[in-house]
Amino acid sequence: MSSIGSGYDLSASQFSPDGRVFQVEYANKAVEASGTVIGLRCKDGVAFAVEKIITSRLYEKGSSKRIHNVDKHIGMAVAGLLADAKQILTVARDEAKQYKYDYGVSIPVKYLADRLSMYMHAYTLYGFVRPFGCQVFLASYEHDGPQLYAVEPSGVNNVLKNLFINLSSNSFFSFTLIKSGYFGCAVGKAQQTAKTEIEKLKLTDMKLEDGIKEAAKIIYQVHDEVKDRMFELELSWVGKNTEGKHERVPTNVYEDAEKYAKASLEEASDDEDEM
Amino acid sequence: MDVCNPPTYDAEEELLRHQKQYSQMDKLLIPAEMRHQPVSTGTTIIAMEYDGGVVLGADTRTSAGSFVVNRFTDKLTPLTDRIYCLRSGSAADTQAISQVVQYQLEFLSAEMNEPPLVKIAANCVRRMIYQYRDDFVAGMIVAGWDKKLGGQVYSCPLGGLLVRQPVSLGGSGSTYIWGFLDNNYKPNMTKKECLELVLKAITLAITRDGSSGGCARLAVIDAQGVERIDVLGNELPKVYDL
Repeated sequence: MSSIGSGYDLSASQFSPDGRVFQVEYANKAVEASGTVIGLRCKDGVAFAVEKIITSRLYEKGSSKRIHNVDKHIGMAVAGLLADAKQILTVARDEAKQYKYDYGVSIPVKYLADRLSMYMHAYTLYGFVRPFGCQVFLASYEHDGPQLYAVEPSGVNNVLKNLFINLSSNSFFSFTLIKSGYFGCAVGKAQQTAKTEIEKLKLTDMKLEDGIKEAAKIIYQVHDEVKDRMFELELSWVGKNTEGKHERVPTNVYEDAEKYAKASLEEASDDEDEM
Repeated sequence: MDVCNPPTYDAEEELLRHQKQYSQMDKLLIPAEMRHQPVSTGTTIIAMEYDGGVVLGADTRTSAGSFVVNRFTDKLTPLTDRIYCLRSGSAADTQAISQVVQYQLEFLSAEMNEPPLVKIAANCVRRMIYQYRDDFVAGMIVAGWDKKLGGQVYSCPLGGLLVRQPVSLGGSGSTYIWGFLDNNYKPNMTKKECLELVLKAITLAITRDGSSGGCARLAVIDAQGVERIDVLGNELPKVYDL
């Protein structure tokens, strides 16, 4: 990880001889080091689950959120440097507000993802600023179905129908015209494991209530007990059952999901013991 | 505008079309004492929703005081492929507004890669009218079809109000046909019934309002596109002339 750049990584305005911008790749490393974030696009909604790693015993439960609302209908989950993410969130809220003022309707999530891409990409062009060290997921349930988008530090906003985020992609600003966005995405410490788990699920047929449980289960599965002892699970959803409003899951749904997650963990460990 | 299949552009043809749009004879024909009168589309405009689209109608008279400046005006102005606006009030103000909104919507549809919603078009029109409410005299109706909500009619009158209505009337001639519409409009009419009603209403307004006259221009907007119908003066339905 160290000394890959050797001289061509000092600013975002420099290319390396093999055509990479190292600053942007280092920004992605910041994202990879954060607690895992999972988004699942089910048949009738999108579910977010975040592994919020707690570093202090003095931490107050429910503070320092990683899932936010942009407008009533769009949820944003963040990974990476949280202070950078806070600015992206502010920008997103401004965009949503301005769109609503100008055009009288709520901002479509695809348009918002494009605008945030442009904003984050602008910070990868100059030497006097650094790229944003955060990746944001945007989810909403619009009249043509649930949608999930991810915007990376490079400004790429992937709208492909696959499960992989290509972190070392050299396409800094790619617009693709496929509308669907992600079916499922994961980013953070345990992203590889999480992605493998997501691929096992059949998301197109899954209902949101089941999706939220599966998301919680994956977070519990990929959480590393040894390295990060304490963590708090954040769950949120947006879909048909919330009538298009993005919100944190109600307490009973949260507890059910946690119970389901812990139970399947025990099952898995039981199986291991038998071996 | 279809972003994926843009029409070919011919600069000369575009220039010619632009020049022919407005008659150059106006400058020579208007007597000097009439020239200071503001040119207004003292008008009758109607838009009506039906299941699957909207029907629009307007008369064709532009007047400057008592002088008829244009007796075959087109008051049905396209904002996008599936959204039209009907103009009443000052001809200059409404033309300016529709040109600006046309540009805004074209830009937005390129950004979003899909045709804009009727609500968005109506909001753009309303924003302009409200912002310059002390200067403009413009009462407009925005009507069209979009994928999300189907046929919609939005009224944007003088001060900068925006309200969606199943039927909307506007212009000086509309005062004479409120009662007629109240009596004859019923919800869930077919396209043919709407067309007949709109045509009859315009004819009645033309008969009674001095600032409305000429022919009737109709349009039907639905998922397939726009159908324009021009009903010339001698083809208008017969009403009893008291």
